[in-house]
Amino acid sequence: MSQDIYVFIEHVCGKTLDISYMMLAQAQQLAAASGGEVVAILLGHNVAGLASDLGADTVWYVDHPELEDFIWANSLAVLEALLARQSPRLVLFGDTTIGSGLASGLSARLGLPLVGYCRQVFPNGGHFHYISQICGGKMLVEGALPDSTALIAMIPGAFRIEQGKSDEKHSATPVPLDGLDEILARNAQKYIFKGYTEPAAGDVDITREKILVSVGRGIQSEDNLSLAQDLADALEGAVSGSRPIIDQSWLPTSRLVGKSGKTVKPKVYLALGISGAPEHTEAITGADAIIAVNTDPSAPIFNLAKYGVQLDLLDLLPVLTDRVRAEK
Amino acid sequence: MKILVPIQLVPDLVEELVIAQDGKRLDLDATRWIISEFDDHAIEQAILLKEKIGGEVTVIAPDFEGTEDVLYQALAKGADQVVKLSGDFQSELNTHALARLVVHYLQTKSERPDLILTGVQANSSLDGSLGPLLAAYLDLPFVDCVAQTEIEDQKITVRKEYPGGLTADWSVALPVVLGIQAANTPPRYVPISKMRLAMKTGSIATEEVGELDLSGAVDSTRMYTPEADQRAQMIDGDVDQVAEKLVALFKELGVL
Repeated sequence: MSQDIYVFIEHVCGKTLDISYMMLAQAQQLAAASGGEVVAILLGHNVAGLASDLGADTVWYVDHPELEDFIWANSLAVLEALLARQSPRLVLFGDTTIGSGLASGLSARLGLPLVGYCRQVFPNGGHFHYISQICGGKMLVEGALPDSTALIAMIPGAFRIEQGKSDEKHSATPVPLDGLDEILARNAQKYIFKGYTEPAAGDVDITREKILVSVGRGIQSEDNLSLAQDLADALEGAVSGSRPIIDQSWLPTSRLVGKSGKTVKPKVYLALGISGAPEHTEAITGADAIIAVNTDPSAPIFNLAKYGVQLDLLDLLPVLTDRVRAEK
Repeated sequence: MKILVPIQLVPDLVEELVIAQDGKRLDLDATRWIISEFDDHAIEQAILLKEKIGGEVTVIAPDFEGTEDVLYQALAKGADQVVKLSGDFQSELNTHALARLVVHYLQTKSERPDLILTGVQANSSLDGSLGPLLAAYLDLPFVDCVAQTEIEDQKITVRKEYPGGLTADWSVALPVVLGIQAANTPPRYVPISKMRLAMKTGSIATEEVGELDLSGAVDSTRMYTPEADQRAQMIDGDVDQVAEKLVALFKELGVL
């Protein structure tokens, strides 16, 4: 087994996703401790240029037309073949809409241990330890990784994007696909790509708003949304929401803040009845001030917010809106 | 069309979470277990597909405190069969082990499902997601983070979500495993009368499972609540006092 740290590079529509750089930053720290190298693994078609700013010692590039758009089975087949020949210390994936399923699939195929929701891996007495954040961010779990190859699915939070970028202008090292053509073609027959849809512009672009009145499960019912809208109107801001609100169709997808929605940087982010799961908080860390209102004192949102209120938002909102209106 | 929906129970995050005496895991007895919200969407999507093109929906779940309620609820929503996997899960059931139990269950059946729908994630799974594990063990195609599902001529068309709000539409051949992020419409409400009827007339099949194979996960040595680098500065008082302080804060922050 080598001491190298592999990082699976996520990209969509020709753009490297932020989580890839964060993982490279993590990998650099671990490789320095293990004495190995950081190896970025880039799969795709005509995307060799993405290698240039990756903070890795080596970028392995597998190019194939059937890897142009992300097909789980095809990326899995390539990684499986790659890892059958190599035994790195760790392989890092994003715990994202792309990497999460791949890490699980690879774990099943190769019988490799997997740690998900991982916030950080750190060296400890010659071994690597992980810290994962589960139960919507309410619990941390720590443990020692085995000294054999392990798979890690990482959530953002511990590393910055800039730390994983490089000015050295890497070039990609092509890796041949020996014998995989047939498998990729066969898989591709099972998946027919119909096209991408850009996020709906919607009535409001929440990434440009100075004030966001954002609601989570604590709003309880669709009828109560008008309370949030009233406050947003009074503050000349907009209403946004966390995943459960969008899944209930109470707000359109264009208003979703979080992992599969928008990343926002308002001056004030009012988190109303939002518990603060990592999938949500990763998209609001750029806000100047987060004000959280939640009845649950142990809600993780209070660990991120600058200001907190422990009250029922349904009691607070009408009074607050009246007060704001009175100021104008 | 045969649809299988393997579901998981997860800790209710609204309730207080208690760490077990060994300091490594949740106290299972002190935890209130509920259906994972994404699994609830998976059941809904299965019922929606059945309502559209017919077929048979089977919901399968490991036996935890609360599993029977969840399964009767699935029956009340329109599932045709519900199955409880019975075994000693108190030691710990991880996602890899659950995936193997579902694979084993399928191996004992003469017919394979055309479609397996699972929730995209479970909030307490430290060792990955059920959907891709199943797809890899069963050698089936898999699409993750599916927020819309349509079916026509033995082909499923799904909308997969990517970070940042981008989506992609894929047509996938059956049989396939889907990781459901959201059903086409929100999970339906089950009136108490329907639930009572399901409990009276429906039945839960029980499948005994053998020894668990927990490999694929990594042991934990410690579980603890996050210590915040910074804790929010709490604004105290009754509703009127807090509203007044917030107005002052909005002014200070330059937004009012």
